[in-house]
Amino acid sequence: MSIKEEHGASTPITPPLAVPSVREAGPSLEPSGEMSPIRKFLNARGSGRLADSSFAAVMLLCACSIFVLVLFIFTILILHSRLSLAAFGWKFFIRQAWDPVAGDFGALPFIYGTLMSSILALVIAVPLALGVAIFLTELCPRPLRAPISFLTELLAAIPSVVYGLWAVFVLVPLMRDVLGPFLVKIFGWTGFFEGANFGVGILTASIILSIMILPIISSLTRDIMTAVPNSQREAVLALGATKWEMIRIGVLRNSRIGIVGAIMLGLGRALGETMAVTMVIGNHAEISKSLFAPGYTLASVIANEFSEATTNLYLSALIEIGLALFLVTIVVNGIARLMVWAVTRGAPGRAA
Amino acid sequence: MRRNSMRRNVMNYVISGLAVLATLLVLVPLVAILFYLVYKGASSLNLAFFTHVPAPVGEEGGGMANAIVGSGIILSIASLIGIPIGIAAGVYLAEFGQGTFIANAIRFTADVLNGVPSIVMGISVFALLVQGRHFSAFAGGVALAVMMVPTITRTTEEMLATVPHAIREAALGLGVPKWRTVLSVSLRTASPGIITGCMLAFARVAGETAPLLFTAFGNQFWSFKLNEPIAALPLQIYVYAISPYDEWHRLAWAGALVLIVLIMVSVTLVRIFANRGVLKGGS
Repeated sequence: MSIKEEHGASTPITPPLAVPSVREAGPSLEPSGEMSPIRKFLNARGSGRLADSSFAAVMLLCACSIFVLVLFIFTILILHSRLSLAAFGWKFFIRQAWDPVAGDFGALPFIYGTLMSSILALVIAVPLALGVAIFLTELCPRPLRAPISFLTELLAAIPSVVYGLWAVFVLVPLMRDVLGPFLVKIFGWTGFFEGANFGVGILTASIILSIMILPIISSLTRDIMTAVPNSQREAVLALGATKWEMIRIGVLRNSRIGIVGAIMLGLGRALGETMAVTMVIGNHAEISKSLFAPGYTLASVIANEFSEATTNLYLSALIEIGLALFLVTIVVNGIARLMVWAVTRGAPGRAA
Repeated sequence: MRRNSMRRNVMNYVISGLAVLATLLVLVPLVAILFYLVYKGASSLNLAFFTHVPAPVGEEGGGMANAIVGSGIILSIASLIGIPIGIAAGVYLAEFGQGTFIANAIRFTADVLNGVPSIVMGISVFALLVQGRHFSAFAGGVALAVMMVPTITRTTEEMLATVPHAIREAALGLGVPKWRTVLSVSLRTASPGIITGCMLAFARVAGETAPLLFTAFGNQFWSFKLNEPIAALPLQIYVYAISPYDEWHRLAWAGALVLIVLIMVSVTLVRIFANRGVLKGGS
């Protein structure tokens, strides 16, 4: 029984969890004692090498299913978009036409709408997210830290369709009656705020997108800033820096790659966001300089027109848009992940 | 010299103020959304909402009972498929493949798959399971399961990594085979964290609409068959929100409130059970 005591002492953190397993195996150590049912089971089958290797194989199979999933999605999308790939080739992505009746398709308006709304969303969200991250890691009094970070992460738990609902009934009227006229008054001369303002449009979509991607950027940035070793902060403070200089020189400069990665992850989210955007962007396939003008994104054209795609070419054009969205988000997310990993994993090494 | 230091101090206060302001600004939409949900949703909630199917256009009343049940069915299918695969993949990453090239590649792929837009999952599953056949609850469940797998894999792996090696070694030293050690020692020790991870994945897909648009499709009536179109709460909210009828808008708010409350209640309940040890299981 000394094994049990030793074991219990060496892992004080989880004794109640670890002990039962020892207890199960314990009696079997004494050959005279009665065999526990578990030991019997193990002896009967499963203690052999076969059970171990087949278990490992099943686990590996499940792990590889993730690979298979990605390959599978890719193949399906390519297969089902071959009609449109054959008809328009790569020009599909620079053509402006979108005429289902004539069978003439091009994705440029959607690419423009997607890029415009995502970039605007980043412009709004990034400074705010950085502010939140700086506040939470460096300035916030300790008792407030947990509740505030919980609240900002609560934003991530709200489903997209609920954001859309709120945007349709609260943000759109606000945009039409208050925010829009205000922007025209101040920035009207830039030409970005021309034309009729119905409340729905690229700008409204960007605002709701920025609210949705904010929690992911701020929580990742927070993780990255926490990974910066304290000795860096102390070193800068010891040279007589103010708190802001400490944050700028000691923290932000050290974590800039990771922060760029976090922003790119937010971009990936924004590019593929569907429901909320579809509900407020206006769904009109036209490129317009004005931010009040209704637009269309890659994701929302699929959401809106997929179930009414009557011809095979129409359907395959929509699936090709899905393929483009898939490839772009994979590239953006891949680069972003590598950047975030580079910082959060390399942290202890750089502290030395 | 003094002017310089004053400038630096002012800069310090300005930036600190901006950071506080940013945090407050971020909390404004959160409070606004929650306020509107409760304010608009609660006033439209009544018993009929939970017991009736949607009323035809122009008629008062009606509810979303079929959508709530439909969401439950779709989410059960998704959990039954997604949770075992996700946990098994996480077990492989943490217990068998540490440091190998294939494990790193799988980890990276899981992270990337996590960022693939849900609408893309929707059209892939449509092309695979729906095209040529018909919209079905099963297809909706598969689409959501695909979204659950990468999240669960990563949290399972992270939770298993926190299990001390001494515990595993103790079990292995007693002659317990590796597969048994993984199941009864590592997984059981990490189970509260893994359950929480599964719940977070569940909560994330519970509100998903885009993958269900072309798979589960929605249904105005009761349906319990897995191979037929089925209603789902997020879908119903979407359809009602973009409709032109005030009565339906009212129901959409009520639906959104119910959706959020259901998600939060299920997450909290499982967390409480996981902490009490009810779900840890015994062998």
